[in-house]
Amino acid sequence: MSKVDPSLRDEIIAAIPNLRAFAISLSGSVDRADDLVQETLLRAFANIASFRPGTNLSAWLFTILRNLFRSEYRKRRREVPDSDGLFAATLATNPDQTTHLDFEDFRAALDRLPADQREALVLVGASGFSYEETAEICNCAVGTIKSRVNRARRRLGEMLAIETAEDFGPDQPTRAALGAGHT
Amino acid sequence: MEDDQAEAGSASTGNEGGAAGSVVRPLGRSGSTLGRDVQTRIGQHLRAMYDDVVRQGVPDRFMTLLARLDEREEDGGEIRDKGMGG
Repeated sequence: MSKVDPSLRDEIIAAIPNLRAFAISLSGSVDRADDLVQETLLRAFANIASFRPGTNLSAWLFTILRNLFRSEYRKRRREVPDSDGLFAATLATNPDQTTHLDFEDFRAALDRLPADQREALVLVGASGFSYEETAEICNCAVGTIKSRVNRARRRLGEMLAIETAEDFGPDQPTRAALGAGHT
Repeated sequence: MEDDQAEAGSASTGNEGGAAGSVVRPLGRSGSTLGRDVQTRIGQHLRAMYDDVVRQGVPDRFMTLLARLDEREEDGGEIRDKGMGG
């Protein structure tokens, strides 16, 4: 067990909020996410010798977390049925959020994405990783990540377009149809 | 794993894989304006949701954990983790 360099330790601590956000998006539960982060930290410290200085520490930590989630998920899949909207239900909502309903729709839609697409979208669109880094974290080709992100965006767009259709002007066909029904 | 390969396959052919039956498609909407608008919102929502969690900082349980690890290290104890045989 090599002693963890203090600056490396600080960097790991600094990564915790991002690791949590990623873990919540993966697991859909704050409690499970925090357990995942804890396990990730234990493994990171226990295996710090295998981290190559100068390489991307954040990507290394995300990789550990993702792999932990994957192996745990495979075990749990048989025990716990998938439940839609878990992510939506577990995150605190912001009451003065003007687009509150919008936001809930979004969370629910994100939950309905296949796990592969959701993780790729979150890593690229929120964690700030490049396609290349994301491919490394997810252990697949860059082209696969691009395809997953594109599909995730398209599917979310499809799900949200119908739910938010009424936000758009009277030229919106659905709205016109609804309006016709009312008058 | 199987689905990874399926995806890689569909990525290389540019084929869109099976149309997911559960996805509700927008009604009679072909304009790209809505598409762009929705894509912008997706990006904003995604980051807002993520940053919500990031702003919570580092919960106490993790600082406690790290302090405990430090103590063990100073005691010359080993930080061992089950299942990571190496």
